[in-house]
Amino acid sequence: MENFTPIASTIGGIMIGLAVAGLYFFNGRILGISNITSELLKDGGHEHRSWRLVFMAGLICGGLILMFWRPESIGSSPASLGGLALAGLLVGFGASLGRGCTSGHGICGMSRLSLRSISATLTFMATGMLTVYIVNHVIGATV
Amino acid sequence: MKWLTLFLSGLLFAVGLGVAGMTQPEKVIGFLDIFGNWDPSLMFVMGGAVGINMLLYRLTRRRPCPVYSNQFTTPRHRKITIRLIMGAAIFGAGWGLAGYCPGPALVSTATGSIPVFVFITTMLAGMTLYRLTMAHHENDDVDGLGTE
Repeated sequence: MENFTPIASTIGGIMIGLAVAGLYFFNGRILGISNITSELLKDGGHEHRSWRLVFMAGLICGGLILMFWRPESIGSSPASLGGLALAGLLVGFGASLGRGCTSGHGICGMSRLSLRSISATLTFMATGMLTVYIVNHVIGATV
Repeated sequence: MKWLTLFLSGLLFAVGLGVAGMTQPEKVIGFLDIFGNWDPSLMFVMGGAVGINMLLYRLTRRRPCPVYSNQFTTPRHRKITIRLIMGAAIFGAGWGLAGYCPGPALVSTATGSIPVFVFITTMLAGMTLYRLTMAHHENDDVDGLGTE
């Protein structure tokens, strides 16, 4: 537990929650990153794309701010390039099939007490824990 | 102003992820590693985000419509389907493997590092694969496990 950061994580969580609440208050939209991303891959016309593109521009600019303000806050994955390629495929396909990811189900849906989102969140946490268990304690090496 | 609120929402979300520790895949994996050196920090991220949003969501729903739109867009699905659970299960496996979920991975592209672009590329491929193979079954979403 030496990496435990309850205060920073709560403050970060509140910032995330305010971003989600702000998008809903001002624009009536659910902040689900996988949905915003996959909808941008479609050709849905100007109205369909524009708000998502502006949101995405803000997201990337936020990444640039982090890089200059707190470069240590952006880490790298222990997985190999092959592992990352497989993980990306699973995340992209799974989020589309399950209609949401950590933001859409884990934050937005949980806040609305949606039974679908609570079920999805418990499921991906369980399989995430199982995967880490297999990688770290059964295989015992990076994948 | 509408565009500024959209931009700032993305910006605040990204900086929040960074402050919370979500853009450190090792930390995310540390949270999922309940049988190892467990780091419960992500419970606090979730608690902070869900707590403040639950309150503000309720206040917002008292309004007839959002500030810059004439309607709230809220998911209409109610049923817990096999697809929902299968999708979440597959998503979780990828999340545990890399320590990245879509938001933190997109934010991390700001570093320009190759590994995160590999993840993003195959993530977009996974979304496209779904659209090409499964999207036309979306109306089959009726064989639910239960209802809300």
